[in-house]
Amino acid sequence: MTVQVLLPRLLSDCTGGRTSMSLDLPAAATVCALLDAIAVEHPVFDRRVRDETGALRRHVNVYVDGEEVRRLAGLRTPVPSGAEVMVVQSVAGG
Amino acid sequence: MTTTLLAIGTRKGLWLATSEDRRSWSLSPPHFLMTEVPSVGIDVRGGCTRLMVGVRSEHFGPTVVHSDDLGVSWAEPEHGAIRFPADTGAAVERIWQLQPDSADRPGVVWAGCEPISVWRSEDGGESFELCRPLWDHPHRAEWGAGYGGAAAHSVVPGPGSTVHVAMSTGGVYRTTDGGASWQPRNSGISAYFLPGPAPEFGQCVHKIARDAVEPRRLYAQNHHGVHRSDDDGDSWTSIADGLPSDFGFVMLAHPHRAGTVWVVPLVADGERVPPDGELAVHRSDDAGVSWRRLAEGLPTHEYNAVLRDAACVDRADPVGVYVGTRGGEVYASADEGESFTQVAGHLPDVLCVRAAVLP
Repeated sequence: MTVQVLLPRLLSDCTGGRTSMSLDLPAAATVCALLDAIAVEHPVFDRRVRDETGALRRHVNVYVDGEEVRRLAGLRTPVPSGAEVMVVQSVAGG
Repeated sequence: MTTTLLAIGTRKGLWLATSEDRRSWSLSPPHFLMTEVPSVGIDVRGGCTRLMVGVRSEHFGPTVVHSDDLGVSWAEPEHGAIRFPADTGAAVERIWQLQPDSADRPGVVWAGCEPISVWRSEDGGESFELCRPLWDHPHRAEWGAGYGGAAAHSVVPGPGSTVHVAMSTGGVYRTTDGGASWQPRNSGISAYFLPGPAPEFGQCVHKIARDAVEPRRLYAQNHHGVHRSDDDGDSWTSIADGLPSDFGFVMLAHPHRAGTVWVVPLVADGERVPPDGELAVHRSDDAGVSWRRLAEGLPTHEYNAVLRDAACVDRADPVGVYVGTRGGEVYASADEGESFTQVAGHLPDVLCVRAAVLP
């Protein structure tokens, strides 16, 4: 299945300048699997959004079709075919 | 003609200043703008210069980057220089210290991190290994967090297999076997914020430094208390007499001469500003027996603190002394603190400064 991923412009230096990509994922993929797939080519991007325990960084949000995954099943949230997944920094900092 | 490099890490980026005379300075544009820079190491061993920078994004976490061309370009290992092993279940929050070891151990760099951990690199800071014996120390459960976080903020390698570490809060720990075992070394250092007599560990030591000539002599700026140890940390005595306050964060030791140290006193735990609102450095040339206030060229109206790593010395002769404030002002002295000139102003809060004469 194919999903669309929107990436934060602030991390475009870790994604070869890309701010979006289409990903082919197995059926029944999760957000975790989606991030794992991105990490293969973009390991620095992965370290920016997840720490070494695999947890999503506190001030990074992921939305699946407009729903923030922390309100769903976190990184185990399913990603349906054709979904739009947005990775974005939260409002933080001073 | 020699060039001195001064790296200034702030809450919102890194600035690099250079000078031929350490009195007039050229300031770079910001590197890593909007990214916190709590630690910098400048490694000039072997005749090359490597800048190592511990950066931390509020959003995207911490990492270590390095540059071998004075900041023209930066490199970052793809999988990260400092990563906790999976079995620890921990994640690096902040890199507080990047400390090159001695010249006879080229490539060895130490890191101190939050959560409290010490790391060792043998490849010039490109990859670090967690010091497991300290991570697994039975005291860990009782170590606390200072206001800035629970961190190993001082890593002071010594001769042979000796390394001293200071953490907030836990105090001073020493290894004499290259990190295989660690013992608390806080006898004589107070912990007024804890009930009862001072404990074996749990002190909030803010910074330690080693004497250049007598390596078993150490100096400590404590959370109230300025101390010296003449026995490798086994015991500490107060050297606060003659200072306007025993509170502060900075402790600097002369890189060549015995007995010379600098501190930057603040009024008190509850009043973290320079005494009388005037920034001053205090220097002792007799290992803390007496102190001299040095303020020429420093502002007479200053209510910002100087943080523990926002002061440093270079290795020139005479030694340069550098201080940066939380108000974003940075000052340099080319004469061991006798007089200062301003390097930069109106920067974000200065978290760390490191200086080196370039090879």
